[in-house]
Amino acid sequence: MGEIEDSENRRMVFVTVGTTLFDALVRAVDTKEFKQELFRKGYTHLLIQMGRGFYTPTKSEAEDGSVAVDYFTFSSSIADHLRSASLVISHAGSGSIFETLRLGKPLIVVVNEDLMDNHQSELAEELAERKHLYCARPRTLHRTIADMDLASLLPYPAGDATPVAKLINRFLGFPDD
Amino acid sequence: MGSKDETCFAISIIIIIIGLIFIAIVRVIYVVYRTSKPLRPKSPKPLSTLIVLGSGGHTAEMINVLSALQKDRFMPRFYVAAATDNMSLQKARVLEDLLADTNGGKVVSAKFMQIYRSREVGQSYITSIGTTLIAIAHALWLMIKIRPKVILCNGPGTCIPLCVIAFLFKVVGIRWSSVFYVESIARVKRLSLSGLLLYKLCIADQFYVQWPQLQRKYPRAIYVGCLM
Repeated sequence: MGEIEDSENRRMVFVTVGTTLFDALVRAVDTKEFKQELFRKGYTHLLIQMGRGFYTPTKSEAEDGSVAVDYFTFSSSIADHLRSASLVISHAGSGSIFETLRLGKPLIVVVNEDLMDNHQSELAEELAERKHLYCARPRTLHRTIADMDLASLLPYPAGDATPVAKLINRFLGFPDD
Repeated sequence: MGSKDETCFAISIIIIIIGLIFIAIVRVIYVVYRTSKPLRPKSPKPLSTLIVLGSGGHTAEMINVLSALQKDRFMPRFYVAAATDNMSLQKARVLEDLLADTNGGKVVSAKFMQIYRSREVGQSYITSIGTTLIAIAHALWLMIKIRPKVILCNGPGTCIPLCVIAFLFKVVGIRWSSVFYVESIARVKRLSLSGLLLYKLCIADQFYVQWPQLQRKYPRAIYVGCLM
């Protein structure tokens, strides 16, 4: 027991749905087969931020052969959880995605298939194509975990708003700095 | 005799109306032509700026853009968010407080306003007609009060009435507002509805996109790379 609680051996998977309702994802990560995949890959803890969802996961302490599970609904800032995670599984909101990529954390984005106008999947698929993250569906998430090779992910280069600022300034006739 | 006078009168009215319509069309064509042409002020002064915020990633992306702009060039600043959006104005206040702190405690001129939404998610289309009219009236009221020289927006539906009114102000000569639209980073292959409207109607002076696919599809858009 002491080994798993030791922070050096602690490898936490953080699941976040932001301010949305995404029960399909919360259910998918609360299944036995998913948790077993996590354990096989060497993760010790699973922390679920469930947002506005109705489905409540089952908390559990770390046991032999399984990950410890905990959950909460919202937090004013998930930055600390992102920072201490070894793997992040997130809904496809752009804020969540870029906050995680900026911290350099491995990321699996799960698109909510129940959303009506799903433009969110465009961003997730584009970034997956550029190898900055993995894309998954709730039902096949455990297979993504089994097949993933996090070392093959490429770091996301930080965005820069200065080109736009320059263009706006030039257009309005302000001198270049 | 009488009917001839009436006919002359009617014909004069029709000629005047046609003349006015012609002038209006010419003026609109001129405005569309001048829109997207850079300004050439003799001595650039600070410009009053209207910043449209929105739920989801919109406000975060807008604040990211604002952080790259020299604040003394864009003032006074007016932040507008939908009445049902609780977080956006708060985030803007945090940004402005930060500016006041780094400015040596000098209070920078910034105002925060809420605007009625044309339509809430899931609202019936019949009641939407009424709420849209209210939203347009409210937008008109705000625009008359503010008459900004610069408008910054990046996607929320609340920007449409404001930008359309800005265009009308250009036509009528009330105020020339330069409209800068930055399509969200989440839009890779398709424009948002707001973006599509502003692009097709040629209302934005500058239309920025963050992915090359969009620039290929919409040639008048300017590709600026990922800003986040």
